[in-house]
Amino acid sequence: MTETAENAKPPFIRLRGITKAYGIGDALTYALHGVDLDIAKEDFVSIMGPSGSGKSTCMNILGCLDTPTSGQYLFGGLEVSRMSRKQLASLRRYYLGFVFQGFNLLNRTSAIENVELPLMYRGTPAKKRRELSRQALKIVGLEGRESHTPGELSGGQQQRVAIARAIVTSPAVLFADEPTGNLDTSRSHEIMELLVGLNQEKGITIVMVTHEPDMAAYSKRIIHFVDGHVATEKEAV
Amino acid sequence: MLFNTILLALRDIRRNVMRSVLTILGIIIGVGAVITLVTIGNGTTAQVTGQIASMGTNVLMISPGQHRGPGQDSAAPSFTLQDVQAIRKEISSLKAVAPVVSANATAVAGNKNWSTSITGSSNDFFTVRNWIIESGRTFEQAELLTGRAVCVVGQTVRKNLFAEDDPVGKNIRLGKVSCQVIGQLQEKGQSSMGRDQDDLIVMPLLTVQRRFSGNRDVAGIQLSVEDSGSTEQATEELTILLRKRRHLADSEEDNFNVRDTKELAAMLTGTTKTMTALLSAVAAVSLLVGGIGIMNIMLVSVTERTREIGIRLAIGAFEHEVMLQFLTESVVLSSLGGIVGIIIALISSYGITLMLELPFLPDFQIIIIAFLFSAAVGVIFGYFPALKAARLDPIDALRHE
Repeated sequence: MTETAENAKPPFIRLRGITKAYGIGDALTYALHGVDLDIAKEDFVSIMGPSGSGKSTCMNILGCLDTPTSGQYLFGGLEVSRMSRKQLASLRRYYLGFVFQGFNLLNRTSAIENVELPLMYRGTPAKKRRELSRQALKIVGLEGRESHTPGELSGGQQQRVAIARAIVTSPAVLFADEPTGNLDTSRSHEIMELLVGLNQEKGITIVMVTHEPDMAAYSKRIIHFVDGHVATEKEAV
Repeated sequence: MLFNTILLALRDIRRNVMRSVLTILGIIIGVGAVITLVTIGNGTTAQVTGQIASMGTNVLMISPGQHRGPGQDSAAPSFTLQDVQAIRKEISSLKAVAPVVSANATAVAGNKNWSTSITGSSNDFFTVRNWIIESGRTFEQAELLTGRAVCVVGQTVRKNLFAEDDPVGKNIRLGKVSCQVIGQLQEKGQSSMGRDQDDLIVMPLLTVQRRFSGNRDVAGIQLSVEDSGSTEQATEELTILLRKRRHLADSEEDNFNVRDTKELAAMLTGTTKTMTALLSAVAAVSLLVGGIGIMNIMLVSVTERTREIGIRLAIGAFEHEVMLQFLTESVVLSSLGGIVGIIIALISSYGITLMLELPFLPDFQIIIIAFLFSAAVGVIFGYFPALKAARLDPIDALRHE
């Protein structure tokens, strides 16, 4: 890609020289030293790397859950690195979806209420909310489990509730941090097929952190992180 | 937006039944204890005040001899009717004065008998001691002058001798004396000293002197002062008058004793006030304990709540929405607890006052203070940890251990 072409049409997501430091003074350590990364619309990217390589930190910054120490982050042409907390929250509310390794569902709350939660913050009317949530649960194959609480569901089912919650708003980008980390192999493959389907049918851009090559193989692109920066990049098969 | 937040808060309360109930319980105990104890304290004070009023207000009781402590009364000559006349003439702002002699006797009516005390006096006795005639009449002048065997009975005597029958017109026997009942007195209840005030029979002075004491002595004088007058001034005038009439030299001590019921009243009111203060202190401790209970529940759930706040922030909640939700939740829980506490307190204190036969006097100022204190504790400890969590980066809130 030439410099002129890049300027003409910036990619959907662009990171330039992103750093993230923890601690102060002598204890200052960098989780990220200057990450440059471009992600196109409707891409499916896997981020891999050993523990402590900064892959999760990078994804949290991409997902606006964390703020970089320095560097530039452009999202759809918007300068994210200069946004206020409220603007970041708006970005999360209207464009982003998250799936966490630990599911992060609200306990003692039914599956459908968990899925409805992002719609409540968007101010979607109750009837529409119910309908969209039912659809989302149907997509992830949890029809008939709407009133179950997370405690009454298996790990795979909980993760699917979390995916339903992330996609119910039809986000532009879905971020998944080790979505299969707590699941057995067959469940993991089910979840990955679900993600591939969402990417292909709904055109949702997916950024996934994983340390399992099997799972990364489902994506279109794999990015390797080593010691806080992007090491190599290769097209997936 | 606001409606949505309230909805979220209500959902959350329903979701965390245990925590909600424990929080509410803390507030209920705090508010309930304070209100109950203060209401009972108020009732006791009011009852003591009422009893003092029933004894007769502004009453002075004069007895011969000097009271030097229990069982150390010095012997001294008793009074005479002339003393009573002199008091009636010379004491300013006097309302009524009555000579009093007393005796004990067993009263018999039909097959029932009852041991009681007999007071011999004039009609002024009823005025001085605030007695109201419930039925029948007081003494006639002729009865007083001739010492007829007629009597007015108190309610305890009436109940024990006549049950529910009207005693007026019936005869009772007092020792060897047969006596006609001409009236009955309205009930006064126990005195503040625990003595039954209604256990008495009143007869004309002369009758008691002749038939029971066997002399013309007046054992005591009771008088009441007009509401506008001062009992202190009356006491001073009485002392000067009686010293003169009893020919006491300046160097001699008084050989009589003037007691002011106001002093007694002040003493009793003081005691009740101390009791109320003590009860209030206990109540304040319960309020504090309730507050600590609320605090504990709220702080223990902070970890879980911080993670929940992280989730909410991650899926796009604004900081102010999260805080508003938690504020609503705390306010709803605290007010609910407060209202339930007030209702329980009012019901239980009503029950207790009914049982102890005290007047039911809730203090609305205390109700409001107790409510506000508990609500403030609930709101502060429910809201501020949430406020702190909502200001974290979402990822830090999610990672909170």
